[in-house]
Amino acid sequence: MKISSEQFKGNARKQLANEALQSNLSRFGGGFADRRRDAVVKVDDFEALRDRGASIRAEVLENLDYWLLKFEAEAQRRGTQVHWAETGAEANQILLNIARNAGVQRVVKSKSMVSEESGLNEVLTEAGITVTETDLGEYILQLANEPPSHIIAPAIHKSREEVSDLFEKHHGTPRTDDIPALCEEARGQLRPHFLAAEMGVSGGNFLIAETGSVTIVTNEGNGRMVTTLPRVHVAMTGIEKVLPTLEDLSAILRLLPRSATGQDITNYVSILTGVRDEGALDGPQENHVILVDNGRSRLLGGDLHDALRCIRCGACMNHCPVYQNIGGHAYGWVYPGPIGAILTPAFLGLEKALDLPQASTLCAACEVVCPVRIPLPDLMRVLREKELTQGLRPWHEQLSIRLWRWLALHPGLYAFAARWGTRVLRWLAGRDRLLHSLPGLDGWTDGRDMPAPQGETFRDQWRKKQAAERKIIPIRVDQSLPEKTAGLKK
Amino acid sequence: MNARDRILERVRAGLKRPTPVSVARPDRSLAPMARSVAHLLNDFIARAESLQSTVAQVSDLNAVPAAVAQYLQAQGLSRKAVIWPSLKALDWFSCGLTAEARPPVSEDRLGITETFCGIAETGTLLLHSGVDHFSTTSLLPETHVAILRVDRIVERMEQAFALMQSELGQLPRATNFISGPSRTADIEQTIVIGAHGPRRVHIILVG
Repeated sequence: MKISSEQFKGNARKQLANEALQSNLSRFGGGFADRRRDAVVKVDDFEALRDRGASIRAEVLENLDYWLLKFEAEAQRRGTQVHWAETGAEANQILLNIARNAGVQRVVKSKSMVSEESGLNEVLTEAGITVTETDLGEYILQLANEPPSHIIAPAIHKSREEVSDLFEKHHGTPRTDDIPALCEEARGQLRPHFLAAEMGVSGGNFLIAETGSVTIVTNEGNGRMVTTLPRVHVAMTGIEKVLPTLEDLSAILRLLPRSATGQDITNYVSILTGVRDEGALDGPQENHVILVDNGRSRLLGGDLHDALRCIRCGACMNHCPVYQNIGGHAYGWVYPGPIGAILTPAFLGLEKALDLPQASTLCAACEVVCPVRIPLPDLMRVLREKELTQGLRPWHEQLSIRLWRWLALHPGLYAFAARWGTRVLRWLAGRDRLLHSLPGLDGWTDGRDMPAPQGETFRDQWRKKQAAERKIIPIRVDQSLPEKTAGLKK
Repeated sequence: MNARDRILERVRAGLKRPTPVSVARPDRSLAPMARSVAHLLNDFIARAESLQSTVAQVSDLNAVPAAVAQYLQAQGLSRKAVIWPSLKALDWFSCGLTAEARPPVSEDRLGITETFCGIAETGTLLLHSGVDHFSTTSLLPETHVAILRVDRIVERMEQAFALMQSELGQLPRATNFISGPSRTADIEQTIVIGAHGPRRVHIILVG
């Protein structure tokens, strides 16, 4: 996928000025948060489920190599071919070889974020293989030639009118703004593709080590189609997606749909193990799993380790005030929102996504809703710190932070600067007590006014408060002594 | 070293230890809450209906064809069905139904299957693939009728897996949990029933 995470600020500015996008975001963006809230309160103790989910995922990562090898052995025993890819490009090459060896001309795909990482569709298309995305959102974007803007609702940035325009252009059918009619049209268009394709490509929501299975969750049923009808099935997924047992899967499935769409369960959960049984009339005859690293193994044991717990529900972006205002495309790579602000620099390199960890108010809404309790704001702080220590921030920012550090280490000077600073700001603000612009900080004041500090500094207030308390302390100490209190009661 | 070795090497380096020889199987089994069959049935029906499945109940398997006919009549649907071979013995004909025991093609409108078990927690059907259990019967036709014995309703997914383990030994090629008709919300977050799979799921409880 084309990377534009380096231009985050420009992207975000463009998206903020995009009226159609702003209208779509405000109309559809909030729905997920409401639905999640309604689903979560119906469960006896959702917080306990989150604890369970977090510990399952944390334990898997502690023994990731063991569970991957167990998965591999068990999958092979059932006739699945397991491949390992260090990079997205390598994964594409493996898949292309499988397709060529099997004489594949047509591929149907259900949603796979890893294949977005690797840019699989372009590679297959260049090789002369027809690829059709079958998740409705992904299909719409394939027609529009756009990347997804959300990990579970890829076309959330599009209105029905825009979808209608695309369908009219590509299907040559009469225009309709009726959403069920649009879905019906897509169903009709895609059914022949499912039936004709020789190969189905899917992601893998989870790998089950104990049974060598790939688990796929979909609402539309396209995941079932691409793993049932074509004679070859290839699942492409990240190495971190493994779970030890089916009980672990049960526990995680109580979290994923509720956190994602607010459903108690996704319509279809398919656990796929091995190839077509002898004598059976459906199911793939050839089954492959490509385990993709693409930067993941480097995170293990490091300070971003916990990000690998992610189960890709999208709750963090659904609750992020920044994402809700700029949409997913601004983040410039596969994963938007808070998790993207961590995974993009982690996978691509910090220098490729300098502004992403900064694109947060650290309000921690993401952390509060994350089903596996990833400390997202802490991880963003880690990345911010790295940017500074590696000298990757602009010079004026580095200078001002150094200046602030020096000041903070000299308390007397700090108090003096704070006292005079507030006075100067108050004077600059004038009658309406607002600062409309600040020299050197126009990035801040262009979008909003800064209220001038009112009253005394915190330190001055604190000193006064302490002095006042010192006067009353003897009385309070006396009263808090048990024998004295008892005496008073008599 | 190939890609596999290099990836595993980086994992070991990150975790600062060699690959463990064995790791204890995490025990996260959940004991059933010892609820009565009636309770489970009530939960199952309520949740299945909340997922837009429809539910009917008959006393024994022989009453299923009449119940199917009644459902089709009420919905105004065609009486031509593809069924699993295990349902061949039922008297479909005298209820006015044509039932062919074969895998469906895309044009077939009605698929009738049995169900391995039901899950009360979410109103979910569990079907698995097999020589006589075509996965496509519950997928390609626009209407899926699933026959479920009441005594095969378990409480949670964990118990469904335990049941599979004890009766089948290992997982079949495809284990499908089905919770209502297929749906999408990919356009403007508006839920539309009938995406790629069935538009209707009708559950006939037996017992």
